[in-house]
Parts: sequence; C-alpha cells; structure tokens
Amino acid sequence: MRVKIKFFAALREGTEKSEIEIDIPSGSRLNDLIERLKKEYKAIAEFKTSIAYSINMEYAKGDEVLKEGDEIALIPPVSGGEEV
Amino acid sequence: MYKIVKEEINLNEIVKYVGDPEAGAITTFLGVTREKSDNRKVLYLDYDAYPEMAVKKMEEIGNEIKEKWNALKIAIVHRVGRLKVGEVSVGIAISTPHRKEGFEACKYAIDRIKEIAPIWKKEVWEGGEEWKDGKQQ
Repeated sequence: MRVKIKFFAALREGTEKSEIEIDIPSGSRLNDLIERLKKEYKAIAEFKTSIAYSINMEYAKGDEVLKEGDEIALIPPVSGGEEV
Repeated sequence: MYKIVKEEINLNEIVKYVGDPEAGAITTFLGVTREKSDNRKVLYLDYDAYPEMAVKKMEEIGNEIKEKWNALKIAIVHRVGRLKVGEVSVGIAISTPHRKEGFEACKYAIDRIKEIAPIWKKEVWEGGEEWKDGKQQ
C-alpha cells in the first residue's frame, strides 16, 4: 500500500526531501516504516534528538497500524523558545 | 481565527476579529524575534511549519481555552518564512468577560503552541545556524 511521508525543518535539510511516497506491506506499523526510513536516510538514523511522528495530522505511537493513503510526518522537537 | 501566514502579522486585524459585546477584556500576546541568543548575534530566523497540522493544533488549543476560561473569541496567527530581528512571529488575541481569564488564557495559549504545534525555527548567526528545540536555551 502507498503512504506519503513529510519531512520538516532539520530533517528536510538532512534528507533533502520535503515529501515522498512509498509502497509498504499491508498491515505495516509505524515502527516498521521508521526502521525502513532509518535505513534509507542517514539523516534520520543519526538524528541527535528524538523525533515525534504524526499520522494524518494526529500524533501517533510506533505500534499504530498504517493504512493506504496515510500521511505520516516526521516531527523534530518543536520550537519551545526560551524557558518560561 | 487560526492561521499560518507568510506576511507580516496584523495585530489590529486579530484584535478586531475577537471583538465581542460581552468582552470586558481583549488580551494579546506577540512573539518577537530577539537579536541575542546564547551570546550569539542573530542575523535572521527561518520559521517552518506543517501548516495543516499546525492549524489543527491551534484550533484544539482554542477549544481547550474556551472550555477552561469561558473565552468568547480567539485568534492565533503564526508566521512562517524568514524573519528579521524584531519581527513578530506569532500573534494571539483572546476576548473574555473579565481580565483575569484573559491573562491566564493568553499565557496558556502561547505555552501550548510551543508544546504541540508543529512549527520550527532556525536561528542563523554569523558563522552558523541551528534549528532550535524546546529544551535548549
């Protein structure tokens, strides 16, 4: 099945991509996709802070099952600015 | 009103938007780009966003605020692209019957945006650049 993946900020610079579409096996979970992306993109494997993920614009956990047409985004830490 | 814009944020526009006959207060917040960060002189900032999700999160924050503080109208506008020092990156306006809720709601709004909205900023200074993350100073 086909899913769309979006990259932002430091990850967009690191992968040199803002959006890709790839085919993954039916029943894949988010974790499976992440493992595959880490193999394909050094920038993701070596990213020095944690990455959050969203599926169809909702924050998602690694064990969630993906569906055809899902839009996944890799979300580097958001800009908190200075401490309050 | 929840939007991501590329042009200068208009405070008058958002203040006007939240006007309401039941409002005793309109509280506003503007996030502005600073020149100094970690003893480096910032040349400019580049803001990036996942716009559809950022707007969605702003709406959720607006709903949280309406539940907690009896807010009447809310406007949150965040700018993306390249900003010079002194420019406004985010504008918030909230109308409430009384001022106590207005101040509280406004603080909550900006704190929440920085927690959950997929918006990032890159600082560029002489000799370097860095995507800021919330945990850094």
